[in-house]
Amino acid sequence: MASKFTRSNSTGWLMAGPAAVLMGLFIVLPFLFAIGLSFTNQRLISPNPTQFVGLSNYSQLLGIGLLTLEPERDDAGEILREEDGTVSYPALRGYTRNNPDYPQFDGMREWFSVSLGESRTYVLARDVVFAKAVVNTIIFVLVVAPVQGGLALVLALLINQKLRGINVFRAIYFMPVVVSIVVVSLLWRFIYDGQSGLLNNLLGALTFGAFPRIDWLGNPSTALGAIIAMSIWQAVGFHMVIWLSGLQTISPSLYEAAAIEGASKWQTFRYVTWPGLRNTAVLVLIVITMQAFALFAQIDVMTSGGPLDSTQTIVFQAVERGYGKQDISGGSTISVILFVFVLAISLLQRWLTREKK
Amino acid sequence: MASVSLKNVRKNYGAADIIKGVDIEIADGEFCVFVGPSGCGKSTLLRMIAGLEDISGGTLSIGDRVVNDLPPKDRSIAMVFQSYAIFPHMTVRENLAFGLTIANAPKAEKDAKVAEAARILQMEHLLERRPSQLSGGQRQRVAIGRAIVRKPGVFLFDEPLSNLDAALRVDMRMELAKLHSDLGATMVYVTHDQVEAMTLADKIVVLSAGTVQQVGSPLELYHRPANLFVAGFIGSPKMNFVEVTIDAVDASAIRISGPAMKAQTLPLTGAGQKAGDILTLGVRPHDFKPMDDGAFTGKVTLVEHLGNETIVNLALVNGQHLIVALDGDTACTVGETLTVGHPPEKAALFDQAGNRITG
Repeated sequence: MASKFTRSNSTGWLMAGPAAVLMGLFIVLPFLFAIGLSFTNQRLISPNPTQFVGLSNYSQLLGIGLLTLEPERDDAGEILREEDGTVSYPALRGYTRNNPDYPQFDGMREWFSVSLGESRTYVLARDVVFAKAVVNTIIFVLVVAPVQGGLALVLALLINQKLRGINVFRAIYFMPVVVSIVVVSLLWRFIYDGQSGLLNNLLGALTFGAFPRIDWLGNPSTALGAIIAMSIWQAVGFHMVIWLSGLQTISPSLYEAAAIEGASKWQTFRYVTWPGLRNTAVLVLIVITMQAFALFAQIDVMTSGGPLDSTQTIVFQAVERGYGKQDISGGSTISVILFVFVLAISLLQRWLTREKK
Repeated sequence: MASVSLKNVRKNYGAADIIKGVDIEIADGEFCVFVGPSGCGKSTLLRMIAGLEDISGGTLSIGDRVVNDLPPKDRSIAMVFQSYAIFPHMTVRENLAFGLTIANAPKAEKDAKVAEAARILQMEHLLERRPSQLSGGQRQRVAIGRAIVRKPGVFLFDEPLSNLDAALRVDMRMELAKLHSDLGATMVYVTHDQVEAMTLADKIVVLSAGTVQQVGSPLELYHRPANLFVAGFIGSPKMNFVEVTIDAVDASAIRISGPAMKAQTLPLTGAGQKAGDILTLGVRPHDFKPMDDGAFTGKVTLVEHLGNETIVNLALVNGQHLIVALDGDTACTVGETLTVGHPPEKAALFDQAGNRITG
């Protein structure tokens, strides 16, 4: 006999109702809000009425220009040099501030520049901080995704053995995952401390003091790397468990068949293990990529984007702008850009890792 | 081609003895079946021959080499698994050629050997398919093909037909028998299915609890079981066992009786029995015939008409049940009283230790 639940649709909706309402209220609605707000000049708290501004938020964030400048020359045509001998170029602000000949550069600032021969090419960005945040986030993803995924696979292979006490190792590797990232970040701030941090003390002790003390989080050249290392360490256990579950779906008789055929350890991995992990690999890669793009807590706790914007990230900028600077439309725009970005990458990854017929 | 010889082979996990000293000689070209109930160690024994399990003691030789410590690939064996163990992401061709691929064999050799195996198994048309596109029987054929490509001295089969449905199992059984006669290779085959054992084997090894109970040809085991275990394990329906007492014994005959059995005299070879001893009489269901002066009388409690035979469950006066297989056309109804007997020479007698003393 068909039960009431399968016959009556209204009962079904009633049961799904609470969850649907909550999801609509806290996931779908904010998502639509963000898209809507990104086309306005809405501020978090403001007496002024909201105005529709079209795509100007987007062009403000994504505006990029290239400007090549020739060196300044004297009347004889000799290149002018600064006191320290470097080539002297015309002031950049002459082009980016109220120059009617270069309206496209108006309001832009130098992001970075490269010298090509005598001339110097400037990459200008309307929002240099956001540009840096995008680059930092991409670096973070490009390093974390392969390294964390690979390391997790190695750990999974190591703990996928029948050894006495193997569960102890599984627990140890998994432990950082169950600790809040905020707590982990706080602890690692001590580890990375420039004066008496654990890392400096350890390196000093191992090299008998030869290794100079480094303020890992206070130095623009090491801050992002330090955060990358910590982030990999923190979540590697989670992906290890996913790999492990993938490994355990591979039938032991496949390994035995490979052994009988005389496959070496590497050949066994290449022909049995890795093909069996294909779906797991896609999952791990996409999950890591998504998580890496959402990098926020570590930055907020450890560096707040500094030093010198060397650890700015997209999500940190979105929060910083939306709530720190009360520019909620700017923050929303960043969120939408991130969404499109991640969606595109996920689709690309799916396409790249598709089952080839 | 190679013979296989196990001498006092043992296997233990810690204190638990799994294989308790097994001696088996398998001749070159022989089809040998290990049969026994679940957990008797037959698969473990096969895996020890394959090199997938360590050997705790004794010597294992394949051909004239002791292979105790050789890795599987150097033992000149190939194995077919119950779960097929074919690689799901490779085509049939790649599966067949797997061993050659990892040995970096030239392409021409690969193609030739794969074509040869595919021809033997008549699966040329399947070579470009993936395992997911194959039926269970075809997958098992791929697994057998991969074994053929190895050109092993000994083929090892670990319950290869257990995952197939009944009809396919019969077909594959015949194909395996044909394959054995075509290749003339030594084959060791593990099964819990005594029909497979009886139909395929040149030699059956009956195992129980890690020891060999009896080794012999199928008919030898059926007609001359060495002990109660083999007598009960081989043959379907199971042999009937009745406890009897010796009334009198001389050099060539023994007179026995039991609580639910009329006294009868059986031929006897061997000595050492004396009046008053308790023995177990074993009679196969198919050896019973309805006869007025038969030794057993009981009430029919169950009748199964199978067409070619009629299986009757007979309750004796002491409550014991006999299974009797009569002609297919025997008229028999539940509740009637039936008297059955058997030719004296068809009965087996087992002593208290369970070993056969006559029959």
